Amino acid sequence: MDRLFHALADATRRDILRRCVRGELSVSRLAAAYPMSFAAVQKHVTVLERAGLVAKERRGREQLVRTDPDAVGRARQALDELESAWRARVDRMSGLLEDDTDRDPDGGNTTGRNGRTSRTNGTSRTNGKGPER
Amino acid sequence: MTVTSVDKDVDRLILTVVADFTAPVERVWKLWADPRLLERWWGPPNYPATFEEHDLTPGGGVTYYMTGPEGEKYGGWWRVSSVTPPTGLEFTDGFSGPDGKPNPEMPTTSVRLTLTRHDGGTRMELRSAFDTREQMEQLAEMGMVEGMTQAIGQMDALLAG
Repeated sequence: MDRLFHALADATRRDILRRCVRGELSVSRLAAAYPMSFAAVQKHVTVLERAGLVAKERRGREQLVRTDPDAVGRARQALDELESAWRARVDRMSGLLEDDTDRDPDGGNTTGRNGRTSRTNGTSRTNGKGPER
Repeated sequence: MTVTSVDKDVDRLILTVVADFTAPVERVWKLWADPRLLERWWGPPNYPATFEEHDLTPGGGVTYYMTGPEGEKYGGWWRVSSVTPPTGLEFTDGFSGPDGKPNPEMPTTSVRLTLTRHDGGTRMELRSAFDTREQMEQLAEMGMVEGMTQAIGQMDALLAG
């Protein structure tokens, strides 16, 4: 987890990830894209590799970099993200339904509009879809 | 917890989430059918959604945008293919460009909602399918970038605080 955050905390590394999602790129090709040395870019790639975000493959004299080469892993990741988004939504739905149940017997407010401001506390536990991977 | 099962079909790129609520079917349906209720749960707390158009009829459309902490806006749309109040809804979920129009370069997912009476409450089955593998990969990439952006934002906040 620490490795992941460290890897993602740098703008150049995030940019490398974005570039390599579309297809593999050689380290020298990447290096040409940034105002820094080949060695510096290579160091960034190594950090990404250790975090499991890219795979490096040597082909001839080139080192090719690719973001997550495993298609199944990619699919799982996409489904995981969709899952956490939906879990958070279900939590919020559940919270809304409970709010209304709590309020109805107290009488008076059936419009549900006043619940809006009081909701902010209730949603904090759902924690959105944070980067918990 | 509320979510009772999650199934991921990695080959067909389908996510199925089953959730149980104690509330009756009509109340759960209202969370989808009333845009003012919908916008209270669709977006994450830090990215609340605002629904503009909301026409849950076959061929009808829904448009919304989510507003981020910096005031940045992310648009989205649904195209409704089938609706059976108060138990069923099918729609395509996509992204919009800055002009509010559907962005054809962005991925879409097909969503099928089914509500059934269950144990005195409601069982909600939600099936969400990526329309193509290419789109799935695109969404994974965006999710990754979004996740990163959020993580960095949190770091910034911690460091500033």
